[in-house]
Amino acid sequence: MSLTHKTAAELGALIASGEVSAVEVAQAHLDRIAAVEPQVNAFLHVDAETTLEQARTVDARRAAGERLGPLAGVPIAHKDVFTTADMPTTAGSKILEGWRPPYDATVTRRLREAGLVILGKTNLDEFAMGSSTENSAYGPTRNPWDLSRIPGGSSGGSSAAVAAYEAPLSTGTDTGGSIRQPAAVTGIVGMKPTYGGSSRYGLIAFASSLDTPGPFARNVMDAALLQEAFSGHDPLDSTSIDAPVPSVVEAARQGDVAGLRIGVVKEFGGEGYQPGVLARFHETVELLESLGAKVVEVSCPSFTVALPAYYLIAPSECSSNLARFDAMRYGLRVGDDGTRSAEEVMALTRAAGFGPEVKRRIILGTYALSSGYYDAYYGQAQKVRTLIARDFEAAFGQVDVLVSPTTPTTAFPIGERADDPMAMYLADLCTIPANMAGNAAISVPCGLADEDGLPVGLQIMAPVLGDDRCYRVAAAVENALESRWGGALLSKAPAL
Amino acid sequence: MSAITRDEVAHLARLSRLALADEELDHFAAQLDVIIGAVARVAEVAADDIPPSSHALPLTNVYRPDEVRPGLTPEQALAGAPAVEDERFRVPRILGEEA
Repeated sequence: MSLTHKTAAELGALIASGEVSAVEVAQAHLDRIAAVEPQVNAFLHVDAETTLEQARTVDARRAAGERLGPLAGVPIAHKDVFTTADMPTTAGSKILEGWRPPYDATVTRRLREAGLVILGKTNLDEFAMGSSTENSAYGPTRNPWDLSRIPGGSSGGSSAAVAAYEAPLSTGTDTGGSIRQPAAVTGIVGMKPTYGGSSRYGLIAFASSLDTPGPFARNVMDAALLQEAFSGHDPLDSTSIDAPVPSVVEAARQGDVAGLRIGVVKEFGGEGYQPGVLARFHETVELLESLGAKVVEVSCPSFTVALPAYYLIAPSECSSNLARFDAMRYGLRVGDDGTRSAEEVMALTRAAGFGPEVKRRIILGTYALSSGYYDAYYGQAQKVRTLIARDFEAAFGQVDVLVSPTTPTTAFPIGERADDPMAMYLADLCTIPANMAGNAAISVPCGLADEDGLPVGLQIMAPVLGDDRCYRVAAAVENALESRWGGALLSKAPAL
Repeated sequence: MSAITRDEVAHLARLSRLALADEELDHFAAQLDVIIGAVARVAEVAADDIPPSSHALPLTNVYRPDEVRPGLTPEQALAGAPAVEDERFRVPRILGEEA
């Protein structure tokens, strides 16, 4: 099997034992990137020399007798919303075109410390706002399963890179589903850790009370290894949880659901859901029951208003966060001809530098925070947020985890929802509640929809700091389904 | 009745420092009308006695010792600036002509 088709754990073991060098592994992935990028467009920036230099460092450390960690020398694709001192960071926006940050994000720094080799920066919806990666200022990424379809979003470059074997691992950020939804529609694993479990320092902010860095991988164990590598308390992030990280690698190894109580969220299903998505979901629930789990239906009534509440809270926070892009200290500046005021230059720069979805959300957020509307919109949405947390709390009094489809549909065609914001927002219907309450949630492949042969994801939601439960159940599902399929779901994807 | 008028969108764009073209205003006004109509559903929830949550987790302020630490050099801090003069950010005029 070629190096690009191995798991991250296998690659780490091969490098640690000296059977292959980190440079060989990096070169194999650079070659794959060169071969498939014209079709996929997952990356915004790839620099072979910087990549190989990182790999040479790992090989030198090994040669010097250093004991390497499980992911040392393993290549990774890094979402272009994390700052990197040695690579440009754009957040998919024209307003940051060519910007070189003066510092590394904590997640970036921890990837480097673990010896991961950063291949480049991946495409995303501008400032992580979107569900298709079509909102990137640098063109859409394509789904490796069907190049006419979206790879999900906002972390669509990261999901496509892993699904196209350009990298065994990638990073993402999940504000309303931006890791789980892209993972579901590309047939890979994507995890939103507990809010505060992974650092936001150096993550370009969209909605600070929701943004959560997390891993993508082609299997559950690799995702756990990556999450463990970059998680943990960070004094540079004031909302970072100062508590031990749940042992997700151990949970992924266990993969046992016997005696576990699993709740099916009653509110997620029915109208608006694709029949093939529901069919795979129900089969997987039956599978969990056959593996010894106790399945019950659980009602979470406030989940039905999670989406509208999210589209008030997230734009409100974004309208405030994106005020920093003012054309003064870094990034684009437009119209500074010596006659215009700073305010005029600011308004011209922001109009030229932001794309339509970012502008819509800034205006929507400014509206929701306006005096006179604040109580009816932002204030009311915050109350809904309390109700969602209470629904979770009540549910987790009865069951250990909750399950639902990750997305209502499979990957939709590029262009289909591009100018229909409300249709686009529905892609996050099932993923938003976990962001609102800060819970851990994962998406794991559970089959192909009959109508279109495209991947379907199962979402598993656990309490705050219950990340290990997500991995435990996801590993059980993966083990059982892969023995039924005779291999990973991704092996059914057409060759690029 | 529409949830939001074109004039209101123009006002919000000014507040947000977004110099939008007329066609953009027309387009956004129609789309935001649909979006606001949809998100207004939060009002259907009876929540008078429910406390608002600004955050997912209970948070307390975090302090660190007030110690001098190395920061960015002036060169690093100015490296991404659109315009620089005498080790400072050069910005367009911030006061009106008459000032």
